[in-house]
Amino acid sequence: MSEAALEPQTDAPKMVARDVRVHYGTKLALKGIDLEIPAGQVTALIGPSGCGKSTFLRCLNRMNDTIVGASVTGTVTLDGEPVYGPLKGGMGGIDPVLLRMRVGIVFQKPNPFPKTIYDNVAFGPRIHTLFTDKPDLDRIVETALEKAGLWNEVKDRLHEMGTGLSGGQQQRLCIARAIAVNPEVILMDEPCSALDPIATGKIEELMDELRETYTLVIVTHSMQQAARVSQQTAFFHLGEMIEVGETAQIFTAPSHQLTQGYITGRFG
Amino acid sequence: MIGANHIVKSYDDELKKLHDALARMSGLAEVQLRSAMEALDKRDSDLASRVMNDDGKVDECEHFVNEQTVRLLALRAPVADDLRMVIASLKVAADLERIADHAANAAKRSLVLNQMPQVSPMRSLVRMGKLVQTLLAEVLGAFLSHDAERALAVRSRDQEVDDLYSSLFREILTYMMEDPRTITSCSHLMFIAKNIERIGDHATNIAEMTYFRVTGRSLNDQRPKRDTSAFEGGVLPE
Repeated sequence: MSEAALEPQTDAPKMVARDVRVHYGTKLALKGIDLEIPAGQVTALIGPSGCGKSTFLRCLNRMNDTIVGASVTGTVTLDGEPVYGPLKGGMGGIDPVLLRMRVGIVFQKPNPFPKTIYDNVAFGPRIHTLFTDKPDLDRIVETALEKAGLWNEVKDRLHEMGTGLSGGQQQRLCIARAIAVNPEVILMDEPCSALDPIATGKIEELMDELRETYTLVIVTHSMQQAARVSQQTAFFHLGEMIEVGETAQIFTAPSHQLTQGYITGRFG
Repeated sequence: MIGANHIVKSYDDELKKLHDALARMSGLAEVQLRSAMEALDKRDSDLASRVMNDDGKVDECEHFVNEQTVRLLALRAPVADDLRMVIASLKVAADLERIADHAANAAKRSLVLNQMPQVSPMRSLVRMGKLVQTLLAEVLGAFLSHDAERALAVRSRDQEVDDLYSSLFREILTYMMEDPRTITSCSHLMFIAKNIERIGDHATNIAEMTYFRVTGRSLNDQRPKRDTSAFEGGVLPE
């Protein structure tokens, strides 16, 4: 468990975005987003394709840095600490490698490394040298797989290839890999869109358990998923955040017409 | 852009079916109340019998609304204003069914009243019936046209019904004390008055559901209760 998670719960948001703008070349993909991400909650980002929700998610752990021609302005903080620094390319903030350890990410398509199940989970702890000896690493791998709800299914075949697992198991393996480095925030970009309802149910149940320890931000196209798993929902449209609120409020009485149109299926 | 229609057209068709069923049920409930009051006023036993027979039509409508809302919830997982529409329809249908029951009950008692000489509190009862008819017509118009303001106006007028009911209660008591031969008729009148007062309460419920359906907020403030008949003469009216 990370130190941050052991601290008493406060009302201070885990992450804060202020006036975040993203250009891809000359195209303005995000037009000034202000959003607070509460600690210990699941925040869902919803909106039609191309609305900027994934772009915003990627700003939270500087994944946009790797995209040629992308530039990010505005501020993002993690526990009050600026994620992007004042220097060229956002340098001078939190070291992107350390940032991605604190703010992990799980993608839409399960992408285990072409390695064994064990090595997939041990990968992060190894590169960050987060363990003392082999038994310690074994323990970290076991704990991460347990938290990801996969341990019982793979404990007897840890040295088989991760890519040989089913889709839902691969996604939980990716979650275990993200958890293994003790992150504080886990970003999930449509984590269930390639999964069947049973595997989806397991991931959703997992999200509910994970939010006791971590702060989660998910991007989803499934409105029902957002309704089921999140406590806060933000609706994005054409690069702007139209509305953010408590999930129950957004799905019973949204205050903006655009939100209403989107969630009720009147868009187009 | 957002259109008024859903991308999936059959969803609109199903919501429209629900809306139409509510409109039809509203019309039926209004006619039932109007006819019951007319049967009472004109001492028309044929009309009273028809009201009793037609109660089944309202029940059928409620059954249809119940089925349609369950179907919509299961198959469409409605949210936001669609969800509020479905929930409000379910609750309003239950109120309409009760309203029709009260009307049928009043009609049944008017059959008995028609066998006896008319008593004078009848005039006040008819006046109260007129007021409740107006409120019901207003609130159903508000519900079907999604008019929260109009619904709130109806809700605030339920006091008038309570006032009339309390004064009618006193009038009937006095009348019975003066002439015990009228006790049978007056007792029936008292029950009919209670039926009509309850219809006023259901109209208030519909006003509150209309407000929820339109705004997404519930009305939590307590309306002042002005019916004081429960504290008079040490006798409960029902």
